[in-house]
Amino acid sequence: MDSCHLIRTPILHPAGPVALAERDLLLSAVLIMLIVIVPVFAMTFLFVWRYRATGGRGRYTPNWTYSAGVDAVVWLVPAAIVVSLSILLWRETHALDPYRPLPSDREPLQVEAIAQDWKWLFIYPEQDIATVNELVFPAGRPLSIRITSDTVMNAFFIPALGGQIYAMAGMQTRLNLLADRPGCFRGRNMQYSGDGFPEQHFAAHALPTAEFGEWVNRVRQSPARLDKRAYLALAAPSIGHPVGYYSGVAPGLFDHVIAKYAGGHTQ
Amino acid sequence: MRLATGAASLLPEPEAYEQRALGFWLYLMSDAIIFALLFATYLVMVDNTAGGPGGQSLFHLAHTFGETLLLLTSSLTFGLASLALDAGSRSKVIAWLAVTFLFGLGFLAMELFEFRDMLAVGAGPQRSGFLSAFFTLVGTHGLHVSAGLLFILVMICQVAVKGLAAPVASRLLRLGFFWHFLDIVWIGIFSVVYLPALL
Amino acid sequence: MLGRLSTDALPFYSWVALSGAVITVVTFIAVIGLITRFGKWGYLWREWLTSLDHKRIGIMYVLLALVMLLRGFVDAAMMRAQQAVAHNSDGYLPPEHFDQIFSSHGTIMVFFMAMPFLTGLINIIMPQQIGARDVAFPFLNSASLGLTAAGAGLVLISLVIGRFSTAGWTGYPPYSGVTTNPGVGVDYWIWAIQLSGIGTTLSGINFIVTILKRRAPGMTLLRMPLFCWTTLASSTLMIFAFPALTVATALLALDRVFGMHFFTNADGGNLMNYINLFWIWGHPEVYILILPAFGIYSQVVANFSAKSLFGYKSLVFATMAIALLSFTVWLHHFFTMGASANVNAFFGIATMVIAVPTGVKVFDWLLTMFRGRITFHPAMLWTLGFIVTFVIGGMTGVLLALPPADYLMHNSTFLVAHFHNMLIPGALFGYLAGYMYWFPKAFGFTLDQRWGKRAFWCWIIGFYLAFMPLYALGFMGMARRMEHYEIAAWQPFLVTAALGATVIAIGLACLAIQLLVSIRNRANNRDLTGDPWDGRTLEWLTTSPPAPYNFALIPHVHHFDAFHEMKLRGVAYTRPTRYEDILLPRNTGAGVVLGGFAFIFGFAVVWHIWWAAIAALVGILVTVIARSFCDRIEFLVPASEIEEIENRRFLNLSKGNAL
Repeated sequence: MDSCHLIRTPILHPAGPVALAERDLLLSAVLIMLIVIVPVFAMTFLFVWRYRATGGRGRYTPNWTYSAGVDAVVWLVPAAIVVSLSILLWRETHALDPYRPLPSDREPLQVEAIAQDWKWLFIYPEQDIATVNELVFPAGRPLSIRITSDTVMNAFFIPALGGQIYAMAGMQTRLNLLADRPGCFRGRNMQYSGDGFPEQHFAAHALPTAEFGEWVNRVRQSPARLDKRAYLALAAPSIGHPVGYYSGVAPGLFDHVIAKYAGGHTQ
Repeated sequence: MRLATGAASLLPEPEAYEQRALGFWLYLMSDAIIFALLFATYLVMVDNTAGGPGGQSLFHLAHTFGETLLLLTSSLTFGLASLALDAGSRSKVIAWLAVTFLFGLGFLAMELFEFRDMLAVGAGPQRSGFLSAFFTLVGTHGLHVSAGLLFILVMICQVAVKGLAAPVASRLLRLGFFWHFLDIVWIGIFSVVYLPALL
Repeated sequence: MLGRLSTDALPFYSWVALSGAVITVVTFIAVIGLITRFGKWGYLWREWLTSLDHKRIGIMYVLLALVMLLRGFVDAAMMRAQQAVAHNSDGYLPPEHFDQIFSSHGTIMVFFMAMPFLTGLINIIMPQQIGARDVAFPFLNSASLGLTAAGAGLVLISLVIGRFSTAGWTGYPPYSGVTTNPGVGVDYWIWAIQLSGIGTTLSGINFIVTILKRRAPGMTLLRMPLFCWTTLASSTLMIFAFPALTVATALLALDRVFGMHFFTNADGGNLMNYINLFWIWGHPEVYILILPAFGIYSQVVANFSAKSLFGYKSLVFATMAIALLSFTVWLHHFFTMGASANVNAFFGIATMVIAVPTGVKVFDWLLTMFRGRITFHPAMLWTLGFIVTFVIGGMTGVLLALPPADYLMHNSTFLVAHFHNMLIPGALFGYLAGYMYWFPKAFGFTLDQRWGKRAFWCWIIGFYLAFMPLYALGFMGMARRMEHYEIAAWQPFLVTAALGATVIAIGLACLAIQLLVSIRNRANNRDLTGDPWDGRTLEWLTTSPPAPYNFALIPHVHHFDAFHEMKLRGVAYTRPTRYEDILLPRNTGAGVVLGGFAFIFGFAVVWHIWWAAIAALVGILVTVIARSFCDRIEFLVPASEIEEIENRRFLNLSKGNAL
């Protein structure tokens, strides 16, 4: 699993339906906007050439300063484009709401992600295991991640699978992702968070379902358990933390990490 | 292109005072936004007591009512100073400004007593987000009142030294804007901070 | 006695930082030494520092901006160099130092390059365009400059004593909080922008009152040059938006100094409040920076197309619409915070709506060129470069306004490329166009055009080389603010970007050479008429440089191209039968004193030297109160002297064949 091939431009060549829809939205918006961009380019170069003072062959009408028709076009064309983009935006923002469960006939895999200085901890509550800097999940099955931070604000992002969301202490955000096919991707914290920030990335592996089961069993054989003491030791700042496996997790750890900071927040 | 040196110094033309008044209004609008944002911050944080005391146990209606009375009366006495200015009575202007100053000072003293009592029961601004927001909002108003008091003192001196000449009168006008503005902000504090906690 | 200030504050933690400190100190001493050597202190004090003449204050603002542009660019070049080499290596900058550099780069470019640049240009030009003799509050103007300079001074001294913030120019808590950032860096950042922010608010008030109250007779609002309209819009944003920055950074300071809990993780703090407050200021700030540049482009494009501006009223309306809408979009800076789809969609659509008036402006500029006679003065080249480049930035901006697309591109180098794509062509090119366009107005001689064109080509080529790779890197998933990285495929792009920075460096050198060459040849480039480009607006009616009173007789205005119309009617240069006395503001050193105390206050608070902070505060109060006792703040220029100055003007006008 260590020597897998990363996608060079994960945003343009995504590996899941969420990122794909987000990319398609991006590309269609570019196409719609070319309706304005291309004329601007063309007019700039044409006018500069045609109306240059030395040698230009265009007419000169120094007092032509207004035309209601032209004014209307100038307002209405950008407005029409913005209206059509707005419709697209409204629809897609709701469709791609990161909190929205993905349509699938398989139950999503639940994962809890905690940002620490400077690493990611992933808790699998159903499997009662936890990993550091490695997120493994079955391909073709939705992944539902609850995200928080045990330090400053971070942002959780696996570019090949879909958009990012902030990780904030005392609060929980959610992300629903899905990998179409097995593969290995890179995830990272996108929000600058201090000295160890460049190293704060993790491997994300989408495995065939059977292999995922094997992987879970392998993690379960790890001697380390993530009790409160082990958690505190892990949460201390470290840079370039190696991948780590825990075969058991203190119950309710994720909620406990949130509650630690939530004192006073209206939940 | 050097200009003649030693040319006599002169007062600005009359339009200048009108411009200063407009400029001061704009400043007050900018300041009002500072207060609006502090109010918003307070409202967002009012429940973030972090297990510490909330407004119900810290605020006292009688005390707040007393503060309000002092500040509102000071606005009234400032109005009387303005009337004296229109009447051109230098001594009355000074007298009413002095009365205004005393009422303002009384308000500030009451506010400081309130802060002291809160600190004494461990409800300082470090205690919780709610108390940080409370002390900052009310304290910013208090700082403005202090600045206003200093402004009043300066104006008393100016009226005493310079009389009610145009520049002094225009400054008194702007001091009036400022003082009444602080009244309005206080009414906001009274109804947003104290009343909901006490009702 | 000295708070937390000790010898540890000296930058011995890295050779690069130490060299930076040494260069700063040596430059400072050299400047002081040169002024002393040539005995110019008296001149500097009488003619510049204490001057309340809006043109002089404006020139000092622009000078500050150019110095800070150089400093901010050095930061940029260091980042580009670091990222070009830092694949799987630490490069030459430790993370702690790299983080200071990207923080100071953003802070300097926004607060101490762009803001002084636009404030300076407005100061020099706007009063002349509306036919006024000065701004409404000349002393306040000087105080604003003092406060801005004090803030800039804090940023500069952080290079030598202590460190600068590592929390980025946005200073997001809780990272910028005292738990994770106990040093002085964030405090330097807070007080630098706090001081300059007050200066900016005062400038905004000053400009608004000037425009509303000091226009020449006949200069109705709808006859004002577009630069005045954009100044009005920008100044309105200054007084309404800057309070949010003041509050955000003040609350952060309270958290840091007094242990309060506004934005801390624990005890009821909430970082989301900061982010909201910051961007309630931050988004209008973008338009504070860009709108004045839009005004400059409007003047330049009409002037060098030899044509009246197309769709003047449309442009005015679009300007005001942009200003108003700029307050409704701040949430698009954090679509990834987890707000509901309805909220994100609302702010996304509001953001895209701004693209409509912006698009209208672009088309109106193009239509101004249509059937014109275009000459390629450097100012016009900056404008053309802006139009082409800015629409690309506008497009990427609309992409980021689509929340689902933003989830992919947020916090990536795509975002970095986008906002540089808005602010370099959208703001800086405009200021440089204004600099080259109005330079003769400020100094009486024109700038060398060949070096101006070279500067332009280097800047625009350098810009594409430096930022197009960052767009690509965004698609490759590269986060912003990375001190090093482990993905080999990124490196060629980062090397290209570094190459772009080098080309921009050559562009900066061209600007410096242009200035030197022009000063050397000033005798040949003298602007005798005050109207070197066949201008259309009133600032070209005055001499270059203008007399201290700008206009001996306040002109009467009948058209929005007021000066052009006067020339057509042949009344531009009619000699009045008699002159009248003029009142002008007297010099005062109070602005400098205020700036000095503000600097001491900021420095003392940063280092927790409380006695000095209190002393400085008392100093500020005493200065203000003492100033309020001076009522005789103007002096009289007698008509005879004006007649003398004006006679020289008419002599020059006839030498320049304007009569």
